[in-house]
Amino acid sequence: MSPELINLIIQATFESLYMVGIAALLGTGFGLPLGVFLATSRKGELFAAPTVNRVLGIVVNATRSTPFIILVVAIIPFTRLVAGTSIGSTAAIVPLTIAAAPFIARLVEAAIREVDGGLIETASSFGASPIQIVFKVLVPEALPGLLLALTLAVVSLLGYSAMVGAVGGGGLGDLGIRYGYQRFMPEMMLAVVVVLIALVQLVQSAGDYLARRVNRRLRHR
Amino acid sequence: MKAASMNAHPSLVIGEPIEIRDAAAEPDAMVRFEGISKTYPAYRGKPGVNALEGIDFAIARGSITGVIGRSGAGKSSLVRLINGLEKPTTGRVVVDGRDISALTGRDLRLAQRSIGMIFQHFNLLSSRTAADNIALPLEIAGWSKADIRARVTELLELVGIADKHDRYPSELSGGQKQRVGIARALATRPDVLLSDEATSALDPQTTRAILDLLANINRELGVTIVLITHEMSVVRQLAKEVVVLDAGHVVESGHVADIFTHPKHPITQSFLAEVTGDSLPVSLVSRIVQEPGSHAVIRVQVRGAGAGDTLIARLARELGLDVSLLSARIDEIGGQPVGSLVLGIPGGDSAATRTLAWLSQYQFPAERLGYVA
Repeated sequence: MSPELINLIIQATFESLYMVGIAALLGTGFGLPLGVFLATSRKGELFAAPTVNRVLGIVVNATRSTPFIILVVAIIPFTRLVAGTSIGSTAAIVPLTIAAAPFIARLVEAAIREVDGGLIETASSFGASPIQIVFKVLVPEALPGLLLALTLAVVSLLGYSAMVGAVGGGGLGDLGIRYGYQRFMPEMMLAVVVVLIALVQLVQSAGDYLARRVNRRLRHR
Repeated sequence: MKAASMNAHPSLVIGEPIEIRDAAAEPDAMVRFEGISKTYPAYRGKPGVNALEGIDFAIARGSITGVIGRSGAGKSSLVRLINGLEKPTTGRVVVDGRDISALTGRDLRLAQRSIGMIFQHFNLLSSRTAADNIALPLEIAGWSKADIRARVTELLELVGIADKHDRYPSELSGGQKQRVGIARALATRPDVLLSDEATSALDPQTTRAILDLLANINRELGVTIVLITHEMSVVRQLAKEVVVLDAGHVVESGHVADIFTHPKHPITQSFLAEVTGDSLPVSLVSRIVQEPGSHAVIRVQVRGAGAGDTLIARLARELGLDVSLLSARIDEIGGQPVGSLVLGIPGGDSAATRTLAWLSQYQFPAERLGYVA
């Protein structure tokens, strides 16, 4: 493989990492509070607001059921508004974030709901405010689950990022389609797939390791 | 017969018994329930439930009060009214002179810091060490790091697990976890400690150790303790006062010794039967017949001070009978012997009748069960 092609792969890898990294950060920024709220706002819960909970639930479901490639195209005007352009890696971060946030929110909701309700009662019994319960009880207790959720989200984002080539987003998936598929370069396709597999493995292993480290539930003498 | 009472740990004898008096006539009550009812409304097809009704009693400052009842009797609701986790439907709960049922938001949270609570399943945070679990209520109350560190060390020593400072709950035994729970509940120096079936998940030996610890805490710190339990043995070992709950009503309340030496309500009697063993040994039951035999079988209830000690000797001496002891179970409740003796009386019907008359003369409840050959 020529040095030019290898350079292309390296450049595409950085583009992918850039898009996925920023989108994961922003997606977590929106998804984590949203997920915590979804997990604590049903009737009788900490921030009980059943109507808001239901409306947000519908919005989250609607976003999640829209195929990603359609979402990318459908929100182009919004992307231009936010990123100043609708083309390129930076612009691609907008749809990636919008896809990631509700996904992360649902995973966060599930992880938070796993926390024993007795702990909420316990913290209430010594006078903790709802906000204190979230930050001192729910999030720390759900941390292993939250890390695994984030890992899953990053892996999914790597898959989504292959589709943003459609709006000139660049990245590994785009490279694979343009060179590997359209120019019939199987070695390029193979290289892209190998890099993606390596990235997913790396992310998953790192996530598993961190989740295990913070999980004190299974530790024994 | 004294052997049973020897089992009681010396630390269980706690000061002077303090009476639960009428709510209105008790100004220095730590906790006062005034006309409480608690109704859970119908929800998702489940009918509404009257969990508590007509609750009026007071818990004296510094006392250890057991609230005993079967599951569903309303114990959990009752204890959660004290720290404001639940609100009464009618009436009010006054804790240390303050109507806690009227407090909300920040006022309620401040008041809750003076009421500690321990739980059946400990409810420790798995992500925090023993020390950090104990620190949690202090962090919530806004203590400084240095103050928290000093207080946590003090508390770990108080509950006897100073060496477990950096252990996570998954590395602790049930008894150690409950000690952490107790330390955490006491962290903010509360006036009241609520115990929600705190020993129900522990083995008998650990239960005894935890109850001893609670007795020490009551004696040394003067903390008022409210225990809810379905286990008679817990009330017997620790409480000086008892409130018997059944179907949302207080059916009896008073000194443990008074209530259990003269139980009136069937529920109270059934709890008592758990420790006094009103059921006879199987081997004896199979030998009892209704046709006259060599010995009449008489069961004598022993309730209260000085009752059992010399009974058999006096009976034998005064009536000139070779009384035999077929079965006996005497336990100590609130410092008073409670139980029953099953005696074999030789000499036919007349001897048995004379024995029953003698027993009733000295106010021992007794009954003839039959005869053994």
